[in-house]
Amino acid sequence: MTVLNPSPTGLQPILKPQAHHAPGNFITKYIFSTDHKVIAIQFLFTTLLMMIVGGVLALAVRWQLAFPWESMPIVGPWLFAAEGGQISPEFYTMLFTMHATVMIFLVIIPILAGTFGNFLIPLMIGADDMAFPKLNMLSYWFMWPAIACFGMSFAFAGGPAAGWTSYPILADLAQAAPGSGTAQTFWLLGVTFVGFSSMMGSINYMTTIINMRAPGMTFFRLPMTIWGLFITAILQAFALPVLTAGGFMQVADRLLGTCFFYPSGLVINNAAPTVGGGQALLWQHLFWFYSHPAVYIMLLPVMGMVSDMLSCMCRKPLFGYKPMVVSMSAIASLGFIVWGHHMYTSGMNPAVGMAFMVATMMIALPSAVKTFNWTATIWGGKVEFNTVTLNCIAFLSMFIVGGLSGIFMAAVPVDVYFHDTYFIVAHFHYVLFGATLFGVFAAIQFWFPKMFGRMMNEKLGKTHFVLTFIGANGTFFPMHFLGMQGMPRRYADPYLHGYLEHLLPMNQFMTISAIVMGFAQILLFINIFYSMFFGPKAGRNPWNATTLEWTTPSPPGHGNFDFIPMVYHGPNEYAVVNGDKDFLMQTEKECLPPSETVTTDIEKT
Amino acid sequence: MGKGWCLFFLFWPVAAVVSCAMAPWVGWSFPYDNAQAASNLGIRIDELFYIILVVTAIVFVGTQAVLVYALWRGANNRDQRASNVHGNHKLELIWSIIPGAILLFLAIYQMNIWADFRIKKYYPEAAVKAPLAEVTARQFEWRFRYPAIGKKLQQKPQPDDLYSVNELHVPFGKPVLIQLRSDDVQHSFFLPALRIKQDALPGLQIPVWFEANKPGTYDLVCAELCGWGHYKMKAHVIVQPEDEYQTYLKNLTQKQFYDGLGTIAAKETGTESEAVEK
Repeated sequence: MTVLNPSPTGLQPILKPQAHHAPGNFITKYIFSTDHKVIAIQFLFTTLLMMIVGGVLALAVRWQLAFPWESMPIVGPWLFAAEGGQISPEFYTMLFTMHATVMIFLVIIPILAGTFGNFLIPLMIGADDMAFPKLNMLSYWFMWPAIACFGMSFAFAGGPAAGWTSYPILADLAQAAPGSGTAQTFWLLGVTFVGFSSMMGSINYMTTIINMRAPGMTFFRLPMTIWGLFITAILQAFALPVLTAGGFMQVADRLLGTCFFYPSGLVINNAAPTVGGGQALLWQHLFWFYSHPAVYIMLLPVMGMVSDMLSCMCRKPLFGYKPMVVSMSAIASLGFIVWGHHMYTSGMNPAVGMAFMVATMMIALPSAVKTFNWTATIWGGKVEFNTVTLNCIAFLSMFIVGGLSGIFMAAVPVDVYFHDTYFIVAHFHYVLFGATLFGVFAAIQFWFPKMFGRMMNEKLGKTHFVLTFIGANGTFFPMHFLGMQGMPRRYADPYLHGYLEHLLPMNQFMTISAIVMGFAQILLFINIFYSMFFGPKAGRNPWNATTLEWTTPSPPGHGNFDFIPMVYHGPNEYAVVNGDKDFLMQTEKECLPPSETVTTDIEKT
Repeated sequence: MGKGWCLFFLFWPVAAVVSCAMAPWVGWSFPYDNAQAASNLGIRIDELFYIILVVTAIVFVGTQAVLVYALWRGANNRDQRASNVHGNHKLELIWSIIPGAILLFLAIYQMNIWADFRIKKYYPEAAVKAPLAEVTARQFEWRFRYPAIGKKLQQKPQPDDLYSVNELHVPFGKPVLIQLRSDDVQHSFFLPALRIKQDALPGLQIPVWFEANKPGTYDLVCAELCGWGHYKMKAHVIVQPEDEYQTYLKNLTQKQFYDGLGTIAAKETGTESEAVEK
């Protein structure tokens, strides 16, 4: 141990001062809490609630594609009574816009950074809370104005209808689409609020990770989870301002009469010709400068968590810790110069497209390295097939598909054909559902005992996993074929075109798979709520894992650690001879000789 | 139990490979029953697609097989402890350099196709000299403006220009260039059979060239969300022999300038605009 990180209290690893006062009453304890664990759980339930909303929207989209213009169950007769339950095409555009918005901004980003970032960062680095607890609380509460804005956006005619990418001119001028009026303004405000929330979170995470690591916790002893969250926070902090600025520019175009994004002379919907001098392409650059790194924001934390979980479940050290860190950083830094691959067909300078193509091809490399390293981690391990492992393997298995289909899109000429077809939809669902959500399911199961002090039910978990896995592949794999057939995205009724007519049965199969997958999530909710109250009680370290959070009680009390922990090792010391155990906690100084009775680890520090 | 899970994780890659293998025969591959692309450039794009498909198929089968095998071994591991391996520098180098080289090859290999497709310097000269028509996308239809017979397409609409909606006629046997623009929001000119796609950007005029290798009627759809009627921007591109194309233009002229008395108004206006040009 050469480098000791100065903790705010000096180097005394014995007595632990209170960072802030323990909460007094109900409101400060459970609602306006500054405790990172409570905030994490608030984020968890909010995002799970939003997952239901996003999932229902997705099922509605799938319904229209499988049974076009047939009465939509439940909402159809209620919202579209005059049309006999048949939804309108503008309602369809609102459905997929809101599905993407909710899933990206209110589910995936907050469940990763908000829930697991909040919960795990202080616990895994040995801090008693975040660096800025009040900012942390604000970061959660800024989610609600965002949710309110998106909800208001629903309430106004049509809802936002320009896709989650919100491309001008469609999103820029009120007359361009039925949903581009007030609904779009509220949508932009909602995105801005979510941005505030993420920004406060990411500044907090960076500060905490840099300054509040326990003594001995060097950067290269951080668990991969923390690396993932750290790099994500950096990505957020640098990319998000661009989106926020772009969003304000669009709001200004809409409300203040500026013309950043529209040129002169457009006659839209028989309105008077526009007078401007802007360019729609500018928005695409601004938007994708954030939203491509956002793809990695939605992936890197999961990559980190899966690295830790796989290593624990295979009882084997993570294969290639440093290459994993380096490849993650490579993904993050390359992630800033590949945004143009969303714009190959957009009309930007084609020579620039070529440069973006090379960068995009190269970003596949670190992802490949990570995949090989995960497989090598499993190789030679003692695999325990519990729900956590299964979801982690599903992550890996489906990430391979998402990664490989990305190579088709990176190739400019091929992407010209696939751009805005269902091939793209297949690709990002394999990454965002296949990889991210399966990783999240694993992480919920894995850290649930630490959050609530009880284990989740294995049988329910496995059933949920099997149904979700089959449903996800049944829904998303055929999308590749739809894309091959040239079926464009965002079509309310693709069968209008002769060459797409024969795709109806395939779409019906996909919708049935999606319904199976959707209903399977009920099992997840049952499992969570049942296990919260009736699950078997968990000890401090139910998984025999090595990282710091498992030295605390389950659930950890206010201030987390009994003592400030001292860290002596890297995060994944499995497959060692340490008494009767096969793992060495980060807080244990050295391995004990075999067959010596060891009780808990916490007294040893 | 572990072995059962291994089979579970084996099942789905097998299903994926089988469904991909049968795709060309059941109409899940390229459109029109996996028809060859209707342009030589499109055929080159397809070739690139198949090269990537082979590479990714090998990687997919390989990684999934190794994953399942590793799981199988892990499920049967009777040792007291897993193997204590932290990494392997040589392996890391191998699996960084080999994929890196393959990716770099793919990147360089495709540059020519892209250059021929979109970089103006490499556009066929004949097509650039005489653009065929101006294509204007609007909510929710395609409008085409041809120059009068024997004239060149002008930047600004001329009184003797010929117009059609949702039906673009193109002469067969030579590369053609269209000027793509949009009247209102963003659209995208997508010809699946020719593997052509280009966004129509408001405020810009984007030249797009293509050459069909066989006459026929091809679907033209919009690929960029343009509002509630995005799905119904249905149009056709009709590639026909030169003489049929000329007949079509003549008929179009007749129809457009027929004054109800039998004379064709275009003749006079035509000479007029010529005079103006001179």
